[in-house]
Amino acid sequence: MKHLLEKIPFVRPEILGNAESREIDNTAYSPSERQPWITGDNTNTTITDRVCGILEEKPTFGWVMFFLLSLSVLGLLGVFVPFLIFWGVGVWGVNNPVGWGYAIVNFVFWVGIGHAGTLISAILFLFRQKWRTSINRAAEAMTIFAVMCAGLFPGIHVGRAWFAYWMFPLPNQMELWPNFRSPLLWDVFAVGTYFTVSLLFWYMGMVPDLATVRDRAKNGIRKLAYGALSLGWTGSNRQWHVYERSYLLLASLATPLVLSVHSVVSFDFAVSQVAGWHTTIFPPYFVAGAIFSGFAMVVTLLVPARQLFGLKEIITLRHLENMNKIIMLTGMLVGYAYAQEFFIAWYGGVKVEKFAFMNRAFGQYAWAYWIMVSCNVISPQIFWFKKARTNLWIMFIVSIFVNIGMWFERFVITVTSLANDYTPAAWDYYSPKLADVGIMIGAFGLFFTLFALFCRFLPFIAMSEVKGVMADQAHAVAEPKPAEDEGADPAPSPAAGS
Amino acid sequence: MSDSNHTESEFETITAEGSENPQPVLILAEFETADELMSAAEKVRDEGFKRWDCHTPYPVHGLDGAMGIRPTILPWLVLGGGMTGFVGGLVMQGWMNGVDYKFLISGKPFFSIPASIPVAFELTILLSAFGAFGGMLALNGLPKMFNPLFRSDRFRRATADRFFISIEARDRRFDAPANARFLRDIGANAIEVIEE
Repeated sequence: MKHLLEKIPFVRPEILGNAESREIDNTAYSPSERQPWITGDNTNTTITDRVCGILEEKPTFGWVMFFLLSLSVLGLLGVFVPFLIFWGVGVWGVNNPVGWGYAIVNFVFWVGIGHAGTLISAILFLFRQKWRTSINRAAEAMTIFAVMCAGLFPGIHVGRAWFAYWMFPLPNQMELWPNFRSPLLWDVFAVGTYFTVSLLFWYMGMVPDLATVRDRAKNGIRKLAYGALSLGWTGSNRQWHVYERSYLLLASLATPLVLSVHSVVSFDFAVSQVAGWHTTIFPPYFVAGAIFSGFAMVVTLLVPARQLFGLKEIITLRHLENMNKIIMLTGMLVGYAYAQEFFIAWYGGVKVEKFAFMNRAFGQYAWAYWIMVSCNVISPQIFWFKKARTNLWIMFIVSIFVNIGMWFERFVITVTSLANDYTPAAWDYYSPKLADVGIMIGAFGLFFTLFALFCRFLPFIAMSEVKGVMADQAHAVAEPKPAEDEGADPAPSPAAGS
Repeated sequence: MSDSNHTESEFETITAEGSENPQPVLILAEFETADELMSAAEKVRDEGFKRWDCHTPYPVHGLDGAMGIRPTILPWLVLGGGMTGFVGGLVMQGWMNGVDYKFLISGKPFFSIPASIPVAFELTILLSAFGAFGGMLALNGLPKMFNPLFRSDRFRRATADRFFISIEARDRRFDAPANARFLRDIGANAIEVIEE
């Protein structure tokens, strides 16, 4: 495989893992010595060169292939969305009683994906988890794009997409206002706020790095574009002072926000009277599931990206291991919620509830239920073993399983409860049609296309934050050995493995 | 655009092209490491300079103290935004569903606090975030596309791997040759005066 790849022209050596970006195992735990977050002999200069290099050099073969593939998948949206808008929601497989099909499943799936990005950028920031700095930019980008994919579905599933603005409290000629007592309207505010705040947080975090790219730009268009985006940032410490305070405040605002968003999404279900939806466990259960699926998506994206862009010393094995630990933890939380639902259905003694859950596990959708359980509850259990937590192939495959499992979780919740309503005469089996599947796959195309463009045109790593972590790291390591020569290196980084 | 020439003194002068009567606007000193910058900043502060700044590729911890920067008023702007969002959200829902367009649905009250909390909460967060972002830009005077600092090629590394101190000509203690000597003494390895 390696020899084959070497023959392809313009493959950057980083793809093959050259000496400059080494895989250094920094996962060993020792109470006496702290492992560095940034490995290798990196300095402020090399970090800048490495990260900006991704934007400045010619696109790699791998990137071009990935982009073209994503773009062609995105084409499916271009076909099926106009098809849907022209013919109406009848082209979907939804029926009576299953009035909510793939559209809501995909909406909840994508909103959930976004949550890991905010968890990494905001909650880990408040907890002073330094490992967030290597992955937060990409994870936040993932959040933005996932919420864009999510926003697509309410926009098109209203049937008459040109009336989608009725969701907002805008003055109109009918003198109507939306119904604020409906969780669906709460959703509009929750997801709208979530998108806006995530975008501000992401962009603000990027301004100093965009200034770095501006200052390295050689041609006029780059100077103009990055110059405008970086707002004239000069790294002034008087500005850093206000900036850091603003960043902290945004993080502390985004933290309750992210917990509220999937709670509000779960109200869409939990506030209704449908058996299997009407449960109080939904908000925390949805939030745990969202973080679970989001971290899986971060691993899915970052494992190939760090290989492709030569970032193995910045996004290290220890970063990946930490994410896998969170995947295992949240996977068990989700598994606990599955068990608790059954317990409450039995303990509550409501016949319809009991039926709804037995039907979920053993009814006509049992296949979907057991796919969900095996992917979400069983597959992350492999992360009890350190070998699995630090093996790139295993974590990549598990992350795909989790993505599949979490999609099925939303399918199981939505469809099984609706298909078997209170009136057995009205029961029906839901299966998707071509347009459902086309739009679902097309949304993945949109997501990966946007992510590919992000990799090429915006700084993939939060350079200014990584440099701050390296400075702290240098102090932490330098203190026990004061005899060492100082001042030779702008930010001496402890060379792990050497 | 810019034009640099070595003079007899210890600094380079960068003059804006086409300037009739170039006057210095600031003096710029480069430092190799964050630690050097930190000790130099303390000395610049103690010397009594007021209109000066440090430029670093990342926020250097402890530099605020070394420069003597006072805490920002930004949190108050955020609080104001949040309170506006919360009160505005409640009033909006109460007026729209409880006064202007009343309709009964599922026997729910036209307006009640619990049902209004989610939207009011989201608007609290939204307006606070606008306060945090907009306030940051306003207090920092951003966007500012033209800055005499951008005339210096050396300064381009301020966002990558070098550390700078700039003293504005508007400072009462500004005097290019004397300041250059002072900055050299406290560890600067390159000094430039930018004229416009």
